Amino acid sequence: MDIVKLTIDDKTLVVEKGTTLLEAAKTIGINIPSLCYMKLEDLNFENKPGGCRVCVVEVEGRRNLAPACKTVCEEGMKVQTHTVRVVNARRTVMELILSDHPAECLTCAKSGECDLQTVAQKLGIREIHYQGEQSHYKGDKSPAIIRDMDKCIMCRRCETVCNEVQTVGVLSAINRGFEAVVAPAFEMDLDHSTCTYCGQCVAVCPTGALTERDYTWKVIEALVDPTKTVVVQTAPAVRAALGESFGMEPGTLVTGKMVTALRKLGFDYVFDTDFAADLTIMEEGAEILDRLSKHLSGDKEVKLPILTSCCPGWVSFLEHNFADMKDVPSTAKSPQQMFGAIAKSYLAKKLGVKREDMVVVSVMPCLAKKYECTREEFSVNGDPDVNMSISTRELAQLIRNANIDFKQLTDEEFDNPMGESTGASVIFGTTGGVIEAAVRTAYELYTKKELKKVDFEELRGMDGIRQATG
Amino acid sequence: MASVKIPDTKVQELKAICQKFRNDGSELINVLHGAQELFGYLPPEVQEIVADELNVSLAHVYGVVTFYSFFSMLPKGKHPISICMGTACYVRGAEKVLDEFKKLLKVKVGETTPDGKYSLSCLRCVGACGLAPVVTIGERVYGRVAAGDVKKILGEY
Repeated sequence: MDIVKLTIDDKTLVVEKGTTLLEAAKTIGINIPSLCYMKLEDLNFENKPGGCRVCVVEVEGRRNLAPACKTVCEEGMKVQTHTVRVVNARRTVMELILSDHPAECLTCAKSGECDLQTVAQKLGIREIHYQGEQSHYKGDKSPAIIRDMDKCIMCRRCETVCNEVQTVGVLSAINRGFEAVVAPAFEMDLDHSTCTYCGQCVAVCPTGALTERDYTWKVIEALVDPTKTVVVQTAPAVRAALGESFGMEPGTLVTGKMVTALRKLGFDYVFDTDFAADLTIMEEGAEILDRLSKHLSGDKEVKLPILTSCCPGWVSFLEHNFADMKDVPSTAKSPQQMFGAIAKSYLAKKLGVKREDMVVVSVMPCLAKKYECTREEFSVNGDPDVNMSISTRELAQLIRNANIDFKQLTDEEFDNPMGESTGASVIFGTTGGVIEAAVRTAYELYTKKELKKVDFEELRGMDGIRQATG
Repeated sequence: MASVKIPDTKVQELKAICQKFRNDGSELINVLHGAQELFGYLPPEVQEIVADELNVSLAHVYGVVTFYSFFSMLPKGKHPISICMGTACYVRGAEKVLDEFKKLLKVKVGETTPDGKYSLSCLRCVGACGLAPVVTIGERVYGRVAAGDVKKILGEY
């Protein structure tokens, strides 16, 4: 391994060749502020256009300040990260960015979680000395994602994640100079583009330019309407993520507290999407078995392999990019939609409630679910099977709004019968989990025998082709 | 967005341009040059074919088309008007001349009048600084143009 020795803020350190100043400084506890820079650790993926210039540092012997995120460590380099010149430059850069940013922090959806706000705070910006033109760009409100490009700082993280990580290719920087903006082709709105609503752009946006569509107020309206029976379903990820919003360790399982909180909020029935995941797996398991049997008996028309249809982002990716392969995925609805369909038929009938008087809310970890429930095929006479989907964040917001002390709640159980589920539904969340669950079902349906060792762990993971034998 | 139907023969010619550059995404700018030469401008339909052929995203193609002022998404008028905004012309009042064209034609820079007769654009120096400010209409060059002359000039067409 090639190494280089340098000093940062008078501390000597040794790093691997190719390391940037930003990363090197981090190893000795110096966190240089940055804005456009983004590193997705799990994917080992970096966005470093070097555009914002917030991370500049002083390198001895260089005339200009250097952006730490793009400058590679060199042997004998002497770097100062906190001189008056550096601090002044950062403040100037920040003030210039803020001079074209709406001062709406108090009411902005991103307030409190905004990188721009955090850096401005860190640099102690109290006044903006520059006044100039403000960008004004048309708003874009899709069922899942809201774009407010007036708040965009052109870090281009969204563009990187959309094109290079997700390979969806909807976003690109367009126009030039002051007119430059990140937008879909021909500046069409997201719902006319090939956007899959995967939500990754929203996850990486450092400001309030890209946010999720908020349905909390619609949920409250339904909850206070005495004529409505409001049913909620929660996806498996929510119970593991919700606690974090209330200061608990990330990953803490809060199933019981979540159910209690939902009842306190006024939901009439609290169910588990896992129940519907079991239904999905019965359908997909039976379908793969059916297709396989037909194929083995010589049917040339049957489509193989089977692809999952549980993820609406994936489904629309396939529709947009592989329109000729639409008959390959399973015909089964996703668990969210199976739940909605059953709630508004079986459950409504059982409770003696009219379909239009029932409101089904889902709590989901993914923005594409918001879009999925607006798809026309998932409604009857204009009444959607799932009325609205909210995220874990929105649920946390509802709980805070209602002044519920989440950590102090006692544990309650899901309602029955749509609150029960098996282990097969829980593994949906892991990559390869759906096919593993489908294979279990297919095995039992085919052999008419109970599966002794239920795990097909060989089927999990990120390898392109995975094999398992029972 | 108005939809333009591109004749099949032109589609084949466009695909041939892409093939000339081995359908290589990094040759996008060269392909767009060829496409604009073929069509006179780059309507969305042309950009869609280019994106498909080069296997790059449509947003990326559009990004490049809107970045370079040479590329245009609007068809040029029958009489393309260019106002020189080079330093010499600028200091001698080219902006006032431009404003007058904009006012009389009711179009912005880069646009074409609805009847397709005129299109308005700016350029940087035609090498006739002694005649500043300079306006070109098609192949004709007008020198020492004042805002007051614009109406008369347009009257010639």
